[in-house]
Amino acid sequence: MADTTLLQIDNLKLHFKTGRGTVQAVDGVNFTLNANEAIVVVGESGCGKSSLAKAILRLLPRNVQEYSGKVYLNGRELMGLNDEEFRQQIRWIKMAMVPQAAMNALNPVLKVGDQVAEPMMVHFGVKKDEALAQAQKMFQHVGVPDDFIGRYAFELSGGMRQRVALAMSLVTTPDLIILDEPTSALDVLTQANIFNLLKRIKSQMATSFILITHDIATSSELADRAAVMYAGQIVEVSDAKTFYSEPHHPYSAKLMASVPKLRGNTIPDFIVGQPPSLINPPTGCRFAARCPKRFARCVEEPPVIQLDGNLVKCWLYA
Amino acid sequence: MKTINKTFKQISQYPSAVFGLFIIMLLVILAVYAMATIPYSEAIRLWRGGEDVVYMNPKNVPPAWVNIFRKTRLPESFAVKSSEGEITKTVTPGADNTASIDFEYPFEFDYDVYPQELMLYFTSTYASKNPFVSIYIITPTGEELRVGDFGVSAKQTFRFSQDERFIRRLVREKRDENPMIGIFSIPETEPPVPQKGTYKLFVQGQTFEANSDLNVEFVLHGQSYGLAGTDHARRDLMVALLWGAPIALAFGLLAALATSILSMAIAAIGAWYGGWLDELIQRITEVNLVLPFLAILIMVGTFYTTSIWTILGVTIALSIFTGAVKSYRAVFLQVKESTYIEAAKAYGASNFRIVFLYLIPRMIPLLIPTLVSAVPAYVFLEASLALLGLGDPVLPTWGKVINDAYSNGALYKEQYYWILEPAVLLMITGLGFAMLGFALDRIFNPRLRGI
Repeated sequence: MADTTLLQIDNLKLHFKTGRGTVQAVDGVNFTLNANEAIVVVGESGCGKSSLAKAILRLLPRNVQEYSGKVYLNGRELMGLNDEEFRQQIRWIKMAMVPQAAMNALNPVLKVGDQVAEPMMVHFGVKKDEALAQAQKMFQHVGVPDDFIGRYAFELSGGMRQRVALAMSLVTTPDLIILDEPTSALDVLTQANIFNLLKRIKSQMATSFILITHDIATSSELADRAAVMYAGQIVEVSDAKTFYSEPHHPYSAKLMASVPKLRGNTIPDFIVGQPPSLINPPTGCRFAARCPKRFARCVEEPPVIQLDGNLVKCWLYA
Repeated sequence: MKTINKTFKQISQYPSAVFGLFIIMLLVILAVYAMATIPYSEAIRLWRGGEDVVYMNPKNVPPAWVNIFRKTRLPESFAVKSSEGEITKTVTPGADNTASIDFEYPFEFDYDVYPQELMLYFTSTYASKNPFVSIYIITPTGEELRVGDFGVSAKQTFRFSQDERFIRRLVREKRDENPMIGIFSIPETEPPVPQKGTYKLFVQGQTFEANSDLNVEFVLHGQSYGLAGTDHARRDLMVALLWGAPIALAFGLLAALATSILSMAIAAIGAWYGGWLDELIQRITEVNLVLPFLAILIMVGTFYTTSIWTILGVTIALSIFTGAVKSYRAVFLQVKESTYIEAAKAYGASNFRIVFLYLIPRMIPLLIPTLVSAVPAYVFLEASLALLGLGDPVLPTWGKVINDAYSNGALYKEQYYWILEPAVLLMITGLGFAMLGFALDRIFNPRLRGI
């Protein structure tokens, strides 16, 4: 694994304006991603995982209040680009995304072949038949039968549609693919298939992945490292081995404990209470209210602490 | 292509749609036939040429085929020319460069109604002495009616029923003082009964110079004419009925296509970009919705021009920002939030691409039935405007025919054909498009489909 940094995110913020106040969906996120590395971003629903993906790809809704921080891709700062430059130079050329509910991410009135060829045509201005040939190659790559190229999305099964969405993200051979809940609506067998496919793509095409999921168990298939998100912040970034065996942050530990195990008699654990509102997050450690290990200092903003190359944002390790 | 084939296959499952399509095809064939056989300039000449073009037509008569349904047969009109050999012309040279030129034309009259008028059009060439003619009608019983004797100029028209001396002669011979009744009835019957049989027109001409020549055209204005009848200005209604088809179709299709496509594009652009653009479009729509559409058209027609193309333009302009924009926008706002639109944004599709490749195609199933159903609405609109006196001053259209009929009191004079012919064509057009439109609606809108 090459240890060159592909993506570096510094203090990324994405706040939304709503009728009830400012939602701090992504609030000061830092992490780095190396080339040909897969990082899994886990967390509860509503902790800002999808917003993080959108913030990286600058897919902003209308009600953005604050969008700041630094995003470096191969050392190039992206926040300084204007929207048109970003659209033409970054989207799908450097970074692609398989959106949440990828099954619905296909245009119902386009044939899937055309759909996969679309990014090629948009970005490289290639002729349609050329783009279709490339699409066909990608279909082989992701295991979609060739003759599906002329079908419409509704004629495909969920797993096939997921593969098509993946083919679409791969067709321009980007350095980084953000997968937002890629397997959330699929059965376990198909999930396993997709993850095997992702692993193969990672080794064959040297792609990096940001895998956003709340499915901790299946994500372990692909992850090199794991980032844990809580209330708009990343509370832990660890290598996969540490995260899946002995996570540092109390929240990570609770999260891991909530995953049902196939063997053993342990009953899945749960976390008391609810995640804090992102409109008015508590000061200090945001997890403090639900943390079994909280102590006096938790009311202060915790520092980010380095532990053997892993990062954890908790007073316990200070 | 596959979609079109599939659509046609589905259409074939609805008999009403097949019938509607059949009617539309007929109309298209009619329109193409009209444009191919009567070129535009010729149609305008026939419709607006005046007396020179229509002198051989009777006035306000129904089509010839009404005889099939009548107990009393209406005489059909005809016009024959000696210059084209339709009238037998015999030239007998005489002494001193004189010549006698005789014209003979026998014609069958087995009708129960008297014709409107008999006319002779003389054309002659001479230097100083004009030719002289004597006109006779020989009735089926062999009786010879002397109509008139006079010298003819280079161009001269002789109307049988307007010749005082002929009328006096008829009265002297105890025939009816109306020349038509006088000529065509059995003598001394009361009320007059038409005499059926073969009549003969006999014109005895005399020229007095070497290069003098004489020709005659014989016109009988009957009580029926052609396939469609004639109007108050002796015009053949067939011209207007035939040329009304391409005009109506062009007006209806252009207006329907332009308004639906523009409404949709504008709604899509508004919904996609949002912000002030959307607000602007919505406010324009709201203002436009309260504008009195017909009143504006009448104003344009009265103060500016009644040219059909200007009216078409104003119609389209006023019909873009209507409720359609609102309802399309409502659907677009929904579609806009779909995952696949966000996906398109993510892969870097431009706004233009998203609007025209992602938003609008979603709406086409909704667009097509609306479009087809909108065509007759605009055809009727054109006819209504014509009826209100805002028809195109040049073009013969169905609406103009109805307007003429209306302003000449056709219905009070029992000239039903005059109103019914264009009305039936309008109704058939409406029916055809409506039937197809309803079926397309059912095909493209699965919620309306029966199980």
